[in-house]
Amino acid sequence: MSAALPARDLQLDTTGRLKHFLTIEGLRRELLERIMDTAESFSSVTEQTVKKVPLLRGKTVVNLFFETSTRTRTTFELAAKRLSADVLNVNIATSATSKGESLLDTIRNIEAMHVDMFVVRHAESGAAHFIARHVAPHVSVINAGDGRHAHPTQAMLDMFTIRKLKGGFENLTVAIVGDILHSRVARSEIHALNILGAKEVRVIGPRTLLPAAVESLGVVTCHDLDEGLEAVDVVIMLRLQKERMSGAFIPSEHEYFARFGLTGKRLSRARPDAIVMHPGPVNRGVEIDSEVADGHRSVILQQVTHGIAIRMAIMSMAMRPDREGQSGDRLA
Amino acid sequence: MSEASLDVGTLIDRLETALREEIARRELLDPVMIGIHTGGAWIAERLHARLGLKEPLGLLNISFYRDDFSEIGMHPQVSRSVLPFRVEGRNILLIDDVFYTGRTVRAALNEIFDYGRPAQVVLGVLIERNGRQIPIRPDCIGGTLVLKAEQRIKLTGPEPLALSIHSV
Repeated sequence: MSAALPARDLQLDTTGRLKHFLTIEGLRRELLERIMDTAESFSSVTEQTVKKVPLLRGKTVVNLFFETSTRTRTTFELAAKRLSADVLNVNIATSATSKGESLLDTIRNIEAMHVDMFVVRHAESGAAHFIARHVAPHVSVINAGDGRHAHPTQAMLDMFTIRKLKGGFENLTVAIVGDILHSRVARSEIHALNILGAKEVRVIGPRTLLPAAVESLGVVTCHDLDEGLEAVDVVIMLRLQKERMSGAFIPSEHEYFARFGLTGKRLSRARPDAIVMHPGPVNRGVEIDSEVADGHRSVILQQVTHGIAIRMAIMSMAMRPDREGQSGDRLA
Repeated sequence: MSEASLDVGTLIDRLETALREEIARRELLDPVMIGIHTGGAWIAERLHARLGLKEPLGLLNISFYRDDFSEIGMHPQVSRSVLPFRVEGRNILLIDDVFYTGRTVRAALNEIFDYGRPAQVVLGVLIERNGRQIPIRPDCIGGTLVLKAEQRIKLTGPEPLALSIHSV
């Protein structure tokens, strides 16, 4: 499995419709806009007394999580339930793979239960892509985070949040701060921001936590937070991924906070209407001060709410119809 | 009705008269109006003003309630449903442009009932054509039309509103 596998051809069917959602890379701007438009229409569902639409009635979505997650799994589960799908949560860490069953065996067995969609989180880059290559033609795969590679639904809910609060991307300077090296969220966000036409994407962090040649992704790099926050519209803080660090990437959490922690004072260098985002879970006092995380510029909880509508949009757009290739006639 | 008489203005006049009669007959108190996106919403905007309804117009986008998802998948989205009033216990005037198979109205009723339980729903349509597939029919109509199975009638708008017939 490798992060460099070309996923873009796998993601769309022959008519250009979404089939799997594995990475933002290579997707067209119109598709990203359509996902956000669809999410916008789904936001009215929460105003209903019955917070559900019958769209995916009779479909089965399997949350296949090889890595633990609370926010992502629960928002995927809630999104599927609001679409009226049946949801099966499979926690692989305590399941058959620990008895020696291979990934493909696990997939084949669950597939034999006539499921329609896999939502996959895995510690290996390329895992969701690997599964998408091997599932039956009627099954769709959504990447809920694979290793350091991609976390496309998180990037889309962040783009949706930015679009809702800032109106668009053309005039925006966006700073992504912290542990870029281990961050699948950062990679997906950089692709999304560039596809959507953001004016400038800045990545800010210590040299040890920026990937080599990150500029080739279309970003400006900076190693000083005060300098980097100058006149930005959006600040995306990343979690310091201690669990993925085997060596000495930073001297200490204390020193990291001193140099790269977001405080109210530092934030004052950004534009007065700048928003602060974080994909969660937040390490308070490590990458962000509690005062900022809970402050009026923070949109962290709005991101979580938007995650449901975005995942409803992506799941409903990627779900395969039973009879493909038929054109629709208005049903008036 | 012949194709020459597809004058939208006349049809709206007739639908307005039929709605007024129905509201009087059923003694509907403080009715609210919901238009089905998109054609129904255009018609509803005009009727809403003419009937002088107090509460703002509701808009229903029934895409998430359609019964053909399993056949053709997701429809592209352009707008969301907006019901700017409580549905529970209300008298609702539901408006669409063309009544054909009845499936759109079924989807619309399902969506409305997910917002609450209305007291009554009156269905008003600009045109009722032949081809009904389920036991749902309009209460108030602007006009009726008999078309061949392969023919479709479409409302274009919002300015000006016009009806056209084409074959599929």
